[in-house]
Amino acid sequence: MADTGPFAAWKRFLALPNDSRGKTIAVAFAVATACAVAVTGATAILRPIQAANRAAEEQLRLESLIAAIPGMTDLLAQSEDGAISTVVVDLEEGAAAEGVDPASLDTALADAANWTELSPAEDIAGLGARPDYAQIYILRDADGALQLVILPIAGQGYNGTIQAMLALHGDMRTIAGMTVTQQQETPGLGARIEEPAWQASFAGKQFIDDLGNLRFAVAKGVATSPYEVDGITGATRTSTAMTRIVRFWLGPDGYGPVIEAMRDGEF
Amino acid sequence: MALWTTLTTPLIRQNPITLQILGLCSALAVTTKLDTALTMSVALTVVLVLSAFAVSLIRRHIPGTIRLIVQIIIVASLVIVIDQVLQAYFFDISQRLSVFVALITTNCLVLGRTESFARSNPPLPSMVDALGNGLGYSLILVIIGSLREFLGTGALLGYQILRTTDQGGWFQPLSLMQLAPSAFFLLGLLVWAIRSIRTEQTEPTEHEAPRVTEPAE
Repeated sequence: MADTGPFAAWKRFLALPNDSRGKTIAVAFAVATACAVAVTGATAILRPIQAANRAAEEQLRLESLIAAIPGMTDLLAQSEDGAISTVVVDLEEGAAAEGVDPASLDTALADAANWTELSPAEDIAGLGARPDYAQIYILRDADGALQLVILPIAGQGYNGTIQAMLALHGDMRTIAGMTVTQQQETPGLGARIEEPAWQASFAGKQFIDDLGNLRFAVAKGVATSPYEVDGITGATRTSTAMTRIVRFWLGPDGYGPVIEAMRDGEF
Repeated sequence: MALWTTLTTPLIRQNPITLQILGLCSALAVTTKLDTALTMSVALTVVLVLSAFAVSLIRRHIPGTIRLIVQIIIVASLVIVIDQVLQAYFFDISQRLSVFVALITTNCLVLGRTESFARSNPPLPSMVDALGNGLGYSLILVIIGSLREFLGTGALLGYQILRTTDQGGWFQPLSLMQLAPSAFFLLGLLVWAIRSIRTEQTEPTEHEAPRVTEPAE
């Protein structure tokens, strides 16, 4: 007498010996599926909250970055209208982007047409593709002259993506400060790029020489020129990555055109 | 009554850290402050209880050949879910715990309980056993975390209890307590204290040093 009914097949399956090949594969598949659903569900549901957390932290870091630059807090206190403006720039044109504002930036960047593929020779920061638009922060003094420009930068570190904010003085030659907003480097070695003491050493470094060549570097050891910051012992790969990320974003494929335009007073 | 024994045995008598010396890596790393120690304790206990429940539920149908993989996948998925929850609702603490929440996956304590207990017991006793072990782990973490934060900074959970010399008080913070080695010292002292009181935990000597006879003059 054959067992019938909706659960018959299921019961027959459960009754199989545990070590039969069919059951082994079926159990592996079922467990994997259940776990995949749990992980995907949790990630998808919680992503908006995490994104909000990260945005809030970014804002906080931006404020602390500005506060860390000498004289900046006084300057902010003096200017009445908040002074810091958020601008979306077109990296191709080296000018403020037309038709894209901070609110519509995410939508614009969801479109693959607004990204530029980088050739391996250009792609020293390990990005693969670079967005054509970026959101930067500009601080002007009372006369409207550029005081400070804050540029978000990113690139491949040793264990994952490093994201940072780089502040440049109004002369567009000197770094005013740097802060790392996200990194997954080796704790105790590469992760020391998060240390305030190391980040403070960026202040006052020149990234360009008199001939206009890009010169910034994280030194292998102690810094010996006004273009270098001290290297991090035991974290050569992370140090090199920081050099490349800063150079990429200050170079012709990064904010180069924008910086050029600012130096010429076109902003 | 049997459940009560299952729950209380791992607290001190069979404590996973001090007797079985499991899960040390995270116990040492996250105990610089009491709040991180507490968060880690809760995260580990939740993962432990849920994974014990899941493994115990399907215990009759786990093929012997792939049982460890099945258990690790369940544990790893739960850890990812917990990590995501922490990043969403306890962003600050999850930043400070960094990789150590993710490393619960490799915590021998979790796999040890699912493999040795949950795999051969029904869900309820398995969860009680997991809870007991989780609490045993938490107990040690909280003790070490409190001592390290209190002696290292004069504060508990961020509230300043003793005013340090920097703040004009008399308390000179022991900076060593904020470094990893101090967790080893404290744990060693704790194991010594527990084994002095409960002598049955003392392990028999495995080797006898060879006796060297002094050469006669």
